[in-house]
Order: sequence, then C-alpha cells, then structure tokens
Amino acid sequence: MKLILDISFSSFATGIHQWLVGAVHSEGLVKVIEMVIAGLALLVFLVPLCFILGYMERKVAAFIQVRLGPNRVGPKGTLQIVADTIKLLFKEGLTPNASDKFLFNLAPMIVVVTSMLVMAPIAFAKNFQIWDISIGVLYVSSISSIAVIGILMAGWSSNNKYSLLGAMRSGAQIVSYELSVGLSLISIVILAGSLRMSDIVMSQENGWWIFKGHIPVLISFVIFLIASTAEINRAPFDLAEAEQELTAGFHTEYSGMKFAMFLLAEYINLFVVSAIAATLFLGGWMPFHIGHWHTFNFVMDYIPSSVWFLGKTFAIIFIIMQFRWTFPRLRVDQLLTLEWKYLLPVSMVNVILVTVMAIMGWHF
Amino acid sequence: MFLKEYFGSIYRSARSLLKGMKLTGYYFTHPKEIQTEEYPDNRATLTMFDRFKGEVTMPHNENNEHRCTGCQACEIACPNGTIKIITKQELQPDGKKKKAIDTFVYHLELCTMCNMCVLACPSDAIVMGQSFEHSVYDKRQLKKVLNQPGSKIMEGVE
Amino acid sequence: MSLLGEDIVTEDGEFVINIGPQHPSTHGVLHLKVWLDGETIKRIQPHLGYIHRSIEKMSESLSYRNFIYATSRMDYLSAHINNQACALCVEKGLQVEVPERAKAIRILMAELTRLSSHQLWWGCTGLDLGAVTPFFYAFRERESIMAIMEETCGARLTQNYCVPGGVMYDIHPNFRNRVKDTLKQIRSKFNEYEEILTGNVIFEQRTKGVGYISAEDAISFGCTGPTARGSGVSCDVRKLFPYDGYEKLQFKEILEQGGDCYARYMVRMAEMKQSVFIIEQLIDNIPEGEFQAKTKMVLKLPKGEFYQRVETARGELGVYIVSDGAASPYRIKYRSPNFSNLSALERMATGTKIGDLVAIMSTIDLVIPDVDR
Repeated sequence: MKLILDISFSSFATGIHQWLVGAVHSEGLVKVIEMVIAGLALLVFLVPLCFILGYMERKVAAFIQVRLGPNRVGPKGTLQIVADTIKLLFKEGLTPNASDKFLFNLAPMIVVVTSMLVMAPIAFAKNFQIWDISIGVLYVSSISSIAVIGILMAGWSSNNKYSLLGAMRSGAQIVSYELSVGLSLISIVILAGSLRMSDIVMSQENGWWIFKGHIPVLISFVIFLIASTAEINRAPFDLAEAEQELTAGFHTEYSGMKFAMFLLAEYINLFVVSAIAATLFLGGWMPFHIGHWHTFNFVMDYIPSSVWFLGKTFAIIFIIMQFRWTFPRLRVDQLLTLEWKYLLPVSMVNVILVTVMAIMGWHF
Repeated sequence: MFLKEYFGSIYRSARSLLKGMKLTGYYFTHPKEIQTEEYPDNRATLTMFDRFKGEVTMPHNENNEHRCTGCQACEIACPNGTIKIITKQELQPDGKKKKAIDTFVYHLELCTMCNMCVLACPSDAIVMGQSFEHSVYDKRQLKKVLNQPGSKIMEGVE
Repeated sequence: MSLLGEDIVTEDGEFVINIGPQHPSTHGVLHLKVWLDGETIKRIQPHLGYIHRSIEKMSESLSYRNFIYATSRMDYLSAHINNQACALCVEKGLQVEVPERAKAIRILMAELTRLSSHQLWWGCTGLDLGAVTPFFYAFRERESIMAIMEETCGARLTQNYCVPGGVMYDIHPNFRNRVKDTLKQIRSKFNEYEEILTGNVIFEQRTKGVGYISAEDAISFGCTGPTARGSGVSCDVRKLFPYDGYEKLQFKEILEQGGDCYARYMVRMAEMKQSVFIIEQLIDNIPEGEFQAKTKMVLKLPKGEFYQRVETARGELGVYIVSDGAASPYRIKYRSPNFSNLSALERMATGTKIGDLVAIMSTIDLVIPDVDR
C-alpha cells in the first residue's frame, strides 16, 4: 500500500531524470530533452484539461439552469466537447479581407502561449514543478499581463467595430485589475517571505494561509477571486465579449481553429488562476491538517498530493463558474468603479494590515 | 460617516450577491428540479393534449367511409387557401346523380392551425389531429390528400 | 457607399455601428443605426420593416371571422389579447351581447397571457444584462402556463381562441385545477425572482437611473403600457376604458415615478402579481352559461367606423375597422404599442453607454413583428 502511494509524480520525474543522465552524458542535452518532455507533457495535460473544463462548464451551467446539459454524444455527453473540437477543426478559418492578416493570425497564438507560459511555476504535486523559478509569483503576474496584447491585437486587426470596442474594453479592464491581483498576491508573499512557489507552499505546512492569516488574508482571497475573474474576462466581467452588446467582442471575426484557440486560452486561464489561488491561499498540494489530531492528519497524508492540488483547484473553478451563471454583467464604467473605488483601496489597506501582522508575528 | 456608508454598501452588495449564489447553488445541488424533457427519447410516453391542433385529418371508419359531402364550406372558411376540394358526380343506386368528393387536398405547408375549417364543417368530417412531427426535406410531401383511396361517404350523412 | 464613407466614421469622429438586424439583443429583426462617441451613444436611428408582412392589408381581403387569426402573429407574446381586441371590435359593430361566461374565460386567458409574456420578458431582461440563468427559471413557470393554453385552446402561442361572439370552445374540464396548480407554483417562485435579479446589486446598478424618460415625454411619444406607467403616466386601458368585464374586478394600476429602467422593471414585476390576483378572483367564479353568442354564418358589419382598445402586455393596442357594409373590412388599422414605445428609444438612450442601450431595449420589451406588422 505504502509502496503504491510512493510512486508519485515527483518520483516519476526524478526517475526520468536519472535515466536520462545515465543514457545521455552531455548535461546540456539532458536539459534540452527534459524541456521537450515537459512541453509535450504540458500539451498532453492541457488538451484533456480543456475538455474536462468545457464539459464541467456545460454541466454546471445546465444543473444551475434546471436542465440536463449535453447528454447525447458519448456516455452522459462526455464526448460532446470532442465532437465540438472536431467540428471546429474542420471549419473554415476565415480571414476578413480588410483585416491585418499577420496580426489577425498571430493574436490567437499570443493568447494561448501566454496562458501556457503561466503554467511553468505551478506546483502540481509534491516536488513536481516544471520550473521552480525564484520569482515565481512575480513571473506569474507579469506573464499573465501579456495576454491583453493578444486581445488588443485580435480586436484591432479584425477591422470590425464590435471587435475594436471589445478589445478597448478589455484593455482598460485588464490594466486596472492587474493592480488588485498583484496586491492580493503580495499579501501572501509578505507572509510567506518568499516569491518562490515551492517556498510559499512549504510555508503552509502547519496550516493554509487562509486559516493562518485571519481576516486580512480572507479579504485578499476574495479580492483575488474577483479581480482574477475580471482578468480572465469571464462573466460577470466578460465585457470584452459581451454577447448581448457586442455579439462576440474581440473574437467576432474568428472562426474555426483560431476561435478554438481563444476558447482554449480561456479555459487554460481559468485553470491557471484557480491553481494560483489554490497554491497561495489554500496550500497548494499540502494536505488538510488540524492541529493535534494525529490520526486525522495521518489519514489526510495518505491522499496523494496531486489529488489535493487538483481538488482545491477545481473547487475554485466551480466558484468562478457559479459566478458566471449567477450574476448579470457590469457596465464598463461600473467595472472601473468597482476596481478603483472598492477593490484597490481595500486591498491597499489590506496589504498594510498583512504587513503589520507579519512583522508582529500575529499569524499562527 | 463616509466610511460607514462605504462599508455598508460593500456589505449590502456582498449580501445580495451571495443570495443569488445561494439560489443557484440550491438548484445545482438538487437535480430533482431539472425540467428537461428528453424529447425524441420520450416519444413512447409523450401524449399531446386532446385539443392540440397539429394537422387537419379526416377520420375514416372500418369500412373505409368518411363523412365529407364535398360541400366546400371548409374551403371557403380557410383564410390561407389551405384546402382544395375536387368534386365529382357519382351515380347513385337509384339512378340519381349526387355530388361527392374526388380528392380532398390539404396543403399542410400553408396551414396555420386556426381551426376555422373544423368549425365550418357541417357534417364533422374533418377534425384536428395531434401529430406534430411534420418535418420533411421536400415541401411537396406536405401536400396531402385526406380521403383514402377507394373511400366512400358514410351512409346517412347529408 | 465608399468604405470610409459616412457609414463608418462621421466628420465629428463619431463611430457608426449597426446593431441588428441580426443581433442577440434586439429580440428580432430590428436594425438600429447607432452613432457612438467612444462608448457613449450620440444618436440612434431605428430602421424598420424587415419583418413587415402586411397584416393590415391582408385582413382587408378576409372575412370578419377569418382575419382574427393573423393578429396572433403581430405581438405573438400577447396573441390572445390581440385576438380579443379584434373580436371585441367586430362585436361592437355587430352589437352582439357576449355571454358572461365567455367574458370571464377571455379575461382569464388574457391575464394568463400577460403573465406568460411578462415572465418571458423577465427572463430576457436577465439574459440581456448578462445573467443567463433567470431565462431558464422564467421559462420553467411559463411552460406551465403554455400547458394551460395548449389544453384549452389547442395551441401554445398562436391560440386563435377568440371568435366574434365569445370563445371558440368551452374551457377544458381540467382547466381549473391546472390553473390553480400553476398559480401556486408561480406564487412560490416570486421570491426567487427577487433573489436572483431584483435584489442583485449589479442589476440595480445597471438599471437605476438608466434610460430616463419624463412623464411629459412618455405622453408625447405615445408610450403606453408598463413603459409609460414606469414614468407615472396612468394609461391602463383595463382601468380607464374597461372591456369584457374588467370593471367588476379588483386590481391596482401599477404606477412608478422613477421613469428609468428600474421603474419599468418594477412595474412589470408588480403587474405579474396583479395578474395572479385577477385570475384568483375569477377562477372559482366562472359564470355558467353559453361560451359563445349566436351569430350569423357570414358576418357583415354595418357601414361605419369602429374602434376598440385593449391593454396588451406591452401597452395599448387599438383596432380600427372601417366597414362599407360588405363581408370583409374596407380598411383595418392596428395601433400597435411597440411602434410607439420604440419611438421613445432615442430619447431614453441618448447619452448612455452601449450596455445601457441593451438594458433600455429589454425594459421597453419590444416585440419586433408588432412594430412592423
């Protein structure tokens, strides 16, 4: 029993590394091969992930809306997303005549690549990380802000008025909400004393920050959820798409696989944001422990770390999905009011509180 | 004072949002509330209301007899020209000639199910049927002849 | 029209976009040409006629019995009330006394229609503002009203249940029980409507103070129905010019003074409750008797002009018949509520954002086939 559980992702990764070192004697070549393997593994992981998220979104929406959701293709409709993907693959990828063709084709790539890049420092399981960069949190917040360039590019190059309006909205939105996301991330960085993702996870060994950090961390968790929902352009902050106002916003003119790229990016972003929230606030792959209940803690330790991580992530994904299917959309000026009048001042005061708490050692 | 208002508004907003999430959460966790009717799968159990107006039909009895006298009241009553009746002169056993229908043409593609023809019919020859699955690939298939081949008028219907 | 002509950017740098005729939030084939300064709306020009089917002209070649069915296709969400208006107008010309039972059935059906129409509107308002879920909750309740219609009238939307002199056939034996069950269900769901949309802070922000129109403007644009009552204009035809026995029933005319989207929203929400109240008064007191007055086979109106107005779910519908004594009308004119309400759109929406335009459109509750007819 213990043996099976020991074969985790980390031992798998070290196994591959040792085998490679034994087989290939050049250190540089080992690095390159490992990079390729990591990239391929990420792609292999992401495609089913998007299928699962797409299916989950439809089912969550359906159950909330008192209907059944997809139930025709495959058992319980599980293959619906596969069918949709095949449909998108075979559709003609239209490029409007008056568009800037180079930027038009480049934009979906940028959006997808940036969302994939953010995956790098995320700890999926114990000792299982693609790149444990020392400035993990900074890396995440800086890379994720590149996505807006892709969206602006898509909106501008489409040469469509709806697209342009959507892209401009999205620009204003992402630039504003970056601040709140950054500030709420900083509050955890202050408490953990490190930007490195693995350090932040390790600092929660004796309790997740959301429990250890009292109310200020709870506030920054809520702010992070709201602001990151806005940053990934999901309802109720989906002004860039705003179906009822701008038909489809910045991707009005996209079809076929290029449209699928935006969809892919949306789901990857959703996962990334939830994973970061899970890592920073809910302890990443750390199991749930309660003080001195040793038997309880022992049982919790038996659950694999990857299950803990994915469980927390999907719980947050569910909350973000429920947001989408419950709330009306904000107007563009109200969106900015929410950020500049509420989220930003509150999170600034909150950072001060967290700093005081960290200096005085008031957290557990 | 300002701060009180500020935090009060935040509290009220958060409460109203949580209320909505509570409702959607309730429906998410109660699959019994699901309303979906799985239509083509429930064909066996699906019964339409007896007054449902799906198409105009002409009932025939077991001797292949209908009640239509060919009076063309329905044709006049129809607002869309859905019904066309072609009549013929039939020789009766007693040697007299009598008007009877040759073909009762019903254009389903023009019909709005207004029930005017059924009301106009003096001999209750046509009624509304409950079938509603009329989709076809070729519109010509929607032109129907309601009287069955070889059918006759029922005894005693004038 | 050149590519960089006036239809893209005006000389003042205003951005021209065409909302519709194919657009998710125009609820039909309405085409709005909108001049924008950034996100702010400078001017709106509705272009009509995409779904003009010439119902008025068509009616002139049909008999007085037959032209009624076509009015179901005007404001298809108030189909029964449209039919009722035509039947009432013809009865006025024929001077037929409609039996009490027929009158009660007509009112019951009309209020059920109003209820279902307002429910659909509530769902669509949520949908237009970006909340998809209310749409499904609204359709759930609407479905049971549709079942009532289907059981008694034989059709769900275009019932054609009113005929000159009464109703086409008597109510279904199961009608009372089904209506009572439905009312119970609807009453229990009203608080859900409050929870998910009315009380929601985002919804309040999106509608309060948006799309203001003063009472004077509402009158001068000819607004009727909840659109005008949201500005405090008393215009309920059921109260002011009662027909079919509305004078015997107790109900309130809902007035709100706000004049904005929220006021119009609240008027409709309260009207739903009033409709339930009216149905509850009548459902156990349907008089016995004939459901249809005896009329001649071929109806002929005497020479003259006849006008009848009713309150549909969207406002005042007027039917104007000119008769020259023949078996079909000489001229028919419908005064449709949506056409007049649409004319106030520019006054409401100028100076607001694109997102507000969607909110305003949904609280005017336009049905485009009724605009074009």
